[in-house]
Amino acid sequence: MQTLDLSEIGLREVNKTLHAQAENTNQTAWTIENARGSHAIACGLDAPIEVTVKGSTGYYCGGMNQQATINVHGSAGPGTGENIMSGKIVIEGDASQYLGATGHGGLIVVKGNASSRCGISMKGVNIVVQGNIGHMSAFMGQSGNLVVLGDAGDALGDSCYEARFFVRGSVKSLGADCEKKEMRPEHIEFLKEILAEAELDADPSEFTRYGSARNLYNFDVDNAGAY
Amino acid sequence: MNKHDPKGIPHTTPRQSATFTQDINSDIRRAAATGIYDIRGGGAKRKVPSFDDLLFMGASISRYPLEGYREKCDTNVTIGGLNASNPIELDIPITIAGMSFGALSGPAKEALGRGASAAGTSTTTGDGGMTPEERGHSNKLVYQYLPSRYGMNPNDLRKADAIEIVVGQGAKPGGGGMLLGQKISDRVAEMRNLPKGIDQRSACRHPDWTGPDDLEIKILELREITGWKVPIYVKVAGARPYYDTTLAVKAGADAVVLDGMQGGTAATQDVFIEHVGQPTLAIVRPAVKALQDLGMHRKVSLILSGGIRSGADVAKAMALGADAVAIGTAALIALGDNDPKYEAEYNALGTTAGAYDDWHEGRDPAGITTQDPELMKRFDPIEGGRRLKNYLKVMTLEAQTIARACGKNHLHNLEPEDLVALTMEAAAMAQVPLCGTDWYPGKPNTSY
Repeated sequence: MQTLDLSEIGLREVNKTLHAQAENTNQTAWTIENARGSHAIACGLDAPIEVTVKGSTGYYCGGMNQQATINVHGSAGPGTGENIMSGKIVIEGDASQYLGATGHGGLIVVKGNASSRCGISMKGVNIVVQGNIGHMSAFMGQSGNLVVLGDAGDALGDSCYEARFFVRGSVKSLGADCEKKEMRPEHIEFLKEILAEAELDADPSEFTRYGSARNLYNFDVDNAGAY
Repeated sequence: MNKHDPKGIPHTTPRQSATFTQDINSDIRRAAATGIYDIRGGGAKRKVPSFDDLLFMGASISRYPLEGYREKCDTNVTIGGLNASNPIELDIPITIAGMSFGALSGPAKEALGRGASAAGTSTTTGDGGMTPEERGHSNKLVYQYLPSRYGMNPNDLRKADAIEIVVGQGAKPGGGGMLLGQKISDRVAEMRNLPKGIDQRSACRHPDWTGPDDLEIKILELREITGWKVPIYVKVAGARPYYDTTLAVKAGADAVVLDGMQGGTAATQDVFIEHVGQPTLAIVRPAVKALQDLGMHRKVSLILSGGIRSGADVAKAMALGADAVAIGTAALIALGDNDPKYEAEYNALGTTAGAYDDWHEGRDPAGITTQDPELMKRFDPIEGGRRLKNYLKVMTLEAQTIARACGKNHLHNLEPEDLVALTMEAAAMAQVPLCGTDWYPGKPNTSY
């Protein structure tokens, strides 16, 4: 286990050290101490390493992550895991706005709640939130899955494309062109797998699926009011 | 005697309204027939005060010109020396603006890279990501970071020579985009993670930041991910140039790209293009003033775009304080867009060469703004690249001709004192004297 003290060596040195880890590094376990809400911690990683951040993080922790596993032992600020490509980010506390924005792949798990615009413009990432999510979540979501064990706020999935949303609790309201969908066996199977991967316990049969009604896919003047 | 008027009473001549012109009436009929606003490509077509309203004074008894074929007039420019370990070094101060693969064909993007590289300048990606052809043929490639993040990935980000965070563009300050289904080929769809053939809406705001304080953190993140190697530009529309430039600089930008309303777009509402934003001439001085007030003029670069067409425009932009310019529409015309040789086909589309702007429909006779495999075959990227290189060389020679006449051994040494204005409007906007006077509207310590 390698330890990096952020307050001592600074952000540039922390990220530089993590970026220097190659595909076949044998130093696979790292701890970052004294995060103290700093921004851009462990962003742009691209190696199969496991990074534990002690404390809460500011904006863009784990941004554009590839391959790495990042554990935040605290809460995470806005834009955590934005544009994640692969790997895994686990947040023990709550997550602020724009969690996993535009993420292309990988998995983000939040043990607490996630704020508004969770999964905005998601492009393939899987996001699992144990608590609730805020308003305008998965706005313009293109692909990937947003799984919520609690409740969803207003305007879930507004203007979404092919992303799928699974909510166990209530949905305050659905956004434009988002509708309730049938749960088929493949969805139950998917939930079993993703919940196991997220190490969270919930009964897949209690979830409801939502997704695009596909009415806004090609411009039609009769739908102009919905845009 | 009028045959329709047997009584012989004199008629007034038929008169067209200056308010309800034939153009306006056709807009009304189109709206009434369709129920939807008009979408088109390009920039503002209306007449606005422009660089055409400025003149250089040239040399005189008190100003010595440089010898055209003996004395040097340099044109190189460095962008991003402030924060980046690998700043962008360009031979000429004319760059190629961001235009997407999707809006343009793959071969057209390749030609832009070939032409720019041969002329010693940079080209820019667009809303849709980086293609291997474009990266391969561009010596210096600027990677646009846009609200939609279509095709955005860290591997391409690290291949870029600079990053341009796009906040706005001159044709539509505050607008997003829409790439209509007919242009979404398999390849375009795959790059954007969307199904084929459906409309692709691009957001108008970034998904993970709002406001200048967030922008500063976003710039920090991008620098951390790219190891502080490459310059970071911020592109804004000509909306509030003094404040936008100030805020971009405070957020840590290496360059501000400022795009006036003549700057083009692949597709947006005509009403947006013609009625939102400011002319390029009007935005450059406030932006330069912002840089000067911060002590950052010539440290943070100012790249001006929107209707730049000639070496005269380049020289005027630089005399007013820009470090470089960017061209988009002009580059497409150099490649062959709107060429009269396709007049019969433009007519068949209900338009004429020079006026064709339905780029979003993907039926471009010149094979540039299309994804149709048959139309694309008409465009040769090697020939297109050569034409763009020639055009960039001519613009540079023209700008040098003017600079030498003003006694300047570098384009950057051109200054507002070299200019006069033909109109009151241009004098006020450029803050240079009206021809034949020593005055411009708003000049300090003068009254109207």
